[in-house]
Amino acid sequence: MLELVDVGKQVGGETHIADVSLTLETGSLNILLGPTLAGKTSLMRLMAGLDKPTRGDILMNGESVLGRSVRKRSVAMVYQQFINYPTLTVYENIASPMRIAGRDRGTIESKVREAAELLKLEELLDRTPLNLSGGQQQRTALARALVKEAELVLLDEPLANLDYKLREELREELPRLFARTGAILVYATTEPHEALLLGGKTATMAEGRVTQFGTTIDVYNRPHDLHTAETFADPPLNTAPVRKRGTELRLGDRTLGPAPESLPDGDYTVAIRPHHVSLQPGSIGGLSLPVRVDSTEITGSETFIHVSMGPESWVVLTHGVHRVDKGQDLSIHLDPAQFYLFDADGLLVRSPRRHDEAA
Amino acid sequence: MARITLDALAHSYSPNPTGPADYALKQIDYAWEDGGAYALLGPSGCGKTTLLNIISGLLSPSSGRILFDERDVTGLSPERRNIAQVFQFPVIYDTMTVAENLAFPLLNRGVERAEVDKRVSEMLETLDLTTQARRRARGLNADEKQKISLGRGLVRYDVNAILFDEPLTVIDPHMKWQLRTKLKELHEQFAHTMIYVTHDQTEALTFADKVVVMYEGEVVQIGTPEQLFDEPEHTFVGYFIGSPGMNILPGRIEGSTVTVAGRQIDLGRDYPAVEEPIEIGIRPEFVAVREAREAGTSGVPMSVRTVEDIGRYKIVRGEIEGGRLDAVIDESDSVPTSAAAVFDPARINVYRDSHLLRARG
Repeated sequence: MLELVDVGKQVGGETHIADVSLTLETGSLNILLGPTLAGKTSLMRLMAGLDKPTRGDILMNGESVLGRSVRKRSVAMVYQQFINYPTLTVYENIASPMRIAGRDRGTIESKVREAAELLKLEELLDRTPLNLSGGQQQRTALARALVKEAELVLLDEPLANLDYKLREELREELPRLFARTGAILVYATTEPHEALLLGGKTATMAEGRVTQFGTTIDVYNRPHDLHTAETFADPPLNTAPVRKRGTELRLGDRTLGPAPESLPDGDYTVAIRPHHVSLQPGSIGGLSLPVRVDSTEITGSETFIHVSMGPESWVVLTHGVHRVDKGQDLSIHLDPAQFYLFDADGLLVRSPRRHDEAA
Repeated sequence: MARITLDALAHSYSPNPTGPADYALKQIDYAWEDGGAYALLGPSGCGKTTLLNIISGLLSPSSGRILFDERDVTGLSPERRNIAQVFQFPVIYDTMTVAENLAFPLLNRGVERAEVDKRVSEMLETLDLTTQARRRARGLNADEKQKISLGRGLVRYDVNAILFDEPLTVIDPHMKWQLRTKLKELHEQFAHTMIYVTHDQTEALTFADKVVVMYEGEVVQIGTPEQLFDEPEHTFVGYFIGSPGMNILPGRIEGSTVTVAGRQIDLGRDYPAVEEPIEIGIRPEFVAVREAREAGTSGVPMSVRTVEDIGRYKIVRGEIEGGRLDAVIDESDSVPTSAAAVFDPARINVYRDSHLLRARG
């Protein structure tokens, strides 16, 4: 079990990491999700021991590891850029951590073969990394991390430089591969979709802080604040400022529907996911709003319609192919049951009904 | 702007190619329409970058010609082809301001100052960079720098074509949405011929009027996003487009009836006689997962391996007789304990030797 207790990192006058407290269980998959510069790599470097926090403590199985050098820790790390020893064969690249650890020849042989089989590198063991494709190079780096049998495995956007389809395959395999070793797996990504596909637990990050940590699908369904909701949305979350007066929620001079009675009057932000916005009128009690079409994107199976509603830019995601012209006026239809509502401080005060019940 | 014709074009990196395997790009004949938006899509090593480099002039093809309108440009250097290029990583001058960076390609071409200023301010506005116009590029973040790179590629009106090589790969997801939309707007506004290389299907499909799917040096299909989704002409296209890709299962066809996973399904359309086994392709979106008892004889028993709840929908992965099967179900649907897969007959494609077999018209 890895515990981060109120960890912070200042470099010069800049805050790279602030107030991070996390507990990562043995054998668990943990995702760090956030845009570039949110602090994912900085946090991983602290976990690995490559950098020292300027405050707080890091404990492995209950013992502080701050005084322990990287070499004395049981850590493996894989980076976005494929890092291998260029002059060594794939076999020796995979074997290297075991050679350093002084493992016997028989163990090395069997572990390398096993890892090569799992990562489909059997045919390539005699080649050097420069004669491999990017995907094969990254598989080599992953195999090396695997045989190390480290307690803590840190994968920093490991699939970002790979082909789409290869990513799909590896994304399915990776958690299973490392789960067998019982390692604590930490996986950094900028992509919400990737986090959802991986499952496990997710820590959303923004500006050096962890904004929420929990089961991935729960964080997606019930983000505690607007920042987390926006980080965990692709396509982007549709938002608009609204005002609660008495029993109504109002957007400008329009009524958006009944407001939860328990809420005080005031300013809020309403948010709805693009696939909950429809071009067809829906259930009774649904709401329609006039919008203007800015552009459409067709993927073959779905259409993203970008629209303007006054100053707000929204995305409508619909099944099938819809051709609508730029500048056209449309009505969009919403079911208020799908609204998220955030207060003036950005804190969640209401999530869609389905997720409320699940909680 | 120009129509770009690839005339019997092929390329091998080996000086003495002996067979098809030696060709990074197998023979291609195709005309890119003036003002079209094209994407070259395929896995790494498929030949898409080779093709782009031949069009830009960085690479001279082993055989064949390349024409801009009627003019043979095969022997011309990149500078003399009058094209703009945008690469994966920003190519900008760090010491210049944002506005100077955008003005540079125009001043370089001898465009008059007044015209330069007009276009630069238009481009700044389009890219939402007006407030940063006078800042030095050095201090900007990676996303902003790549925006400037795009702007530099798009600022000239007189280019024959604009070529993009993975321009959004290193951009954060949220910014990708904005830049994709910007690119689309700019294409509609100026109608440049645009060729966009990517391995990301979402980028390719949303950007292009026509997507060129490449595999092992060969063009396997050129089509609109709908064509690639609905009627992949090759099983590779079915697999590569869509996430998860198309399910491919062994079967047989006789008249209008396919036999797959021990079930006979009437497709309601007649196929030419095929003696040998065929493959059927069905996208996960058109596989329903039902309670076996309710599905009755139309259902194929499915043993469910995993259910991935990814918020907007769920991916059900499992096995049926004949192979693995993926299904996509609604976010609010649950998976029954004793599951059966039901295929939408209208959405079943038939493949022979990996190539689409069409029903008799």
